Amino acid sequence: MSDAKSIFLKDATVNAADGDQRAFIRKALGGYYTNRDLQKARYRDWEMARDVASMAKWTAVNDLANVLEKFVGNFERNGGVVHWARDAAEARAIILKIAEDANAKAIVKSKCMTSEEIHLNDALEKAGYGVVESDLGEFIQQLRGEAPYHFVFPCMHVKREAISELFTKHLGTAPTDSPEELTMIARRHLRQLYIDADIGITGANFLIAETGQISITENEGNARLTAALPRIHIALSGIEKVVNYLDDLSVLLPMLATAGAGQPMTCYNTLYSGPRKKGECDGPEQFHLVLLDNARTRLLADPEQRDALHCIRCGACLNVCPIFKNIGGLAYGTTYQGPIGSVITPHLRGLKQWNHLSGASSLCGACTDACPVRIDLHHHLLHNRRNAAKESPTLFDRLFHNGFNFVIKRPWLFAAGGRIFRATLPFLQKLPLPYMRAWMKTRDLPKAPSQSFRDQWKNQNV
Amino acid sequence: MRVSLFVPCFVDQLTPKVGLATAKVLKKLGHDVEFRASQTCCGQPSFNSGQWDVAREAAIRALTVFRGAEVIVGPSGSCVAMMRNFYPELLKGTAHAEEAADLASRTFEFSEFLVKKLGVIDVGAKFAKKVTYHDGCHALRELRLKEEPRQLLRAVKGLELIESEEAETCCGFGGLFSAKFPMISTAMVQVKGGALARTGADFVVSADPSCLLQIGGWLSREGKPILPLHIAEVLASDA
Repeated sequence: MSDAKSIFLKDATVNAADGDQRAFIRKALGGYYTNRDLQKARYRDWEMARDVASMAKWTAVNDLANVLEKFVGNFERNGGVVHWARDAAEARAIILKIAEDANAKAIVKSKCMTSEEIHLNDALEKAGYGVVESDLGEFIQQLRGEAPYHFVFPCMHVKREAISELFTKHLGTAPTDSPEELTMIARRHLRQLYIDADIGITGANFLIAETGQISITENEGNARLTAALPRIHIALSGIEKVVNYLDDLSVLLPMLATAGAGQPMTCYNTLYSGPRKKGECDGPEQFHLVLLDNARTRLLADPEQRDALHCIRCGACLNVCPIFKNIGGLAYGTTYQGPIGSVITPHLRGLKQWNHLSGASSLCGACTDACPVRIDLHHHLLHNRRNAAKESPTLFDRLFHNGFNFVIKRPWLFAAGGRIFRATLPFLQKLPLPYMRAWMKTRDLPKAPSQSFRDQWKNQNV
Repeated sequence: MRVSLFVPCFVDQLTPKVGLATAKVLKKLGHDVEFRASQTCCGQPSFNSGQWDVAREAAIRALTVFRGAEVIVGPSGSCVAMMRNFYPELLKGTAHAEEAADLASRTFEFSEFLVKKLGVIDVGAKFAKKVTYHDGCHALRELRLKEEPRQLLRAVKGLELIESEEAETCCGFGGLFSAKFPMISTAMVQVKGGALARTGADFVVSADPSCLLQIGGWLSREGKPILPLHIAEVLASDA
């Protein structure tokens, strides 16, 4: 068993038994469903909007080399500097080099899951830089020393009292149970940090090829300050974030907000078009963009699952996933949690180590229905399972399924086996048989009938 | 119409009454019903476990078993989804692709067959009980059946249909998933079963006998006063 799998099984077992925490997560998401449906109803045709959004991503992803090249040309014309990073190590080295060249000390960051993917904060802190997350949820998670729980709502699992205690401990503020006051505490603390920071690091929601702009979506205004106040702006983005046209945002931005957070639009949607230009009174002196591959091209090379690169990281699939809601985001042990994480993590970090996430699904398909860009999520879990069975078959699985196949290929054996199974079921339930025992721990089996359907049918129709 | 029954392997062995009720309703509506005894399992357990070579053999067997059948009707959204949606994917690019597509076009889930193929909503059943309906994920999201079973239930004399919270939420069965990840599966059925029990219904009805195995198994263990029942059993009832 892989390390990742045994940790997953352990954490999932603990969390699935934590009724209070599960109820808290359900309650936290309660308002989301209502708001999402309300906002979806404002679309003339949500399903058609999904087609349009998915097509916008499809055309870019399926012509990625050309679209990226066009984007980079325009981005550079705007005065930005592009850095290509093959993997996490290269991306970290590039960012460290920029910081070193700039003689930087303090760094402020806005929400960027790609930076979690490359473990950027660790690397920066080890090199001696002060790094502060400015998104409220990420700020709380940073103080807690914990990874984001949900890639859109990083601290959705943390109760208000715990946040108050955390602030008291780290910032010395008086305890409060007012969300507004908690927000103000963080705001007051962060304000000076933007001013002091030499570098602001952001992510990117979309890269627009035709204009060379970066689109960033946020609710708190912290990304605008992160990008605008420090003298250097570094944006870190996966290569799949590119779209062809500015017009594509007319559907992608509202759908990102509605699908992910039940909002009509996110509060701040900003397009960044390069560093401060001559005659402009604000903006960074330097604007760097690190474009990260980190195995995305491996996913691109797989025509069956390439659509996973359409992902706009809205989080809709997590919000509707019964697995996510019952085991929580941290149990996944991945940067990207929930269904999309279970689909792409085996590609990003190795199928053998991470296939268990594809197995840990009832394949209910709620994620696929929720996805605004129509990623075939739950079917890709099946594809991962198939690929894993081919790549690294386990002896137990082969024996079990070949044995099962041996029986179902022979109707007489199936009927005879069924007869024995039914007759001995009360006894079998007491044996430590694989699968049976796990089932019986929390659920009963129906009382076995004396005759199968096929026997009764034969007797009735003789 | 000559209807060939597809009886899921676990229904055959554990809940044969579901198969008998399916046949009873179809016969009552005037159709010839046959059961081809060479059928066994659709292969879904192997398919879902990634063992596609094994599942492919099961699929090819099913093609042979049902060759020449006018229509195939199964009282299970899940097994029908396997045959309708996943056989074509399994057999894509093989010599069996065309036959798989043909089988898919002739295979129906029971409530779907009644409402969409036959246009029947009132089968003349009587069942004076309070029931709530559970949408099996395969029927709901693979076969896109939502209203069909409800239409049938509303037409049953004396039946009161109560919608539950979480009607579309997965029960946590997922085949071998329920035994490979029992802690997650159990948490899911707690959410589902709890919502069903809160409706105050006498029965939870579904078109998916596998979900009923999971839900019923948990309700029984927890001693909740609500029983699992397949929709065919409700429609076959005249009391």
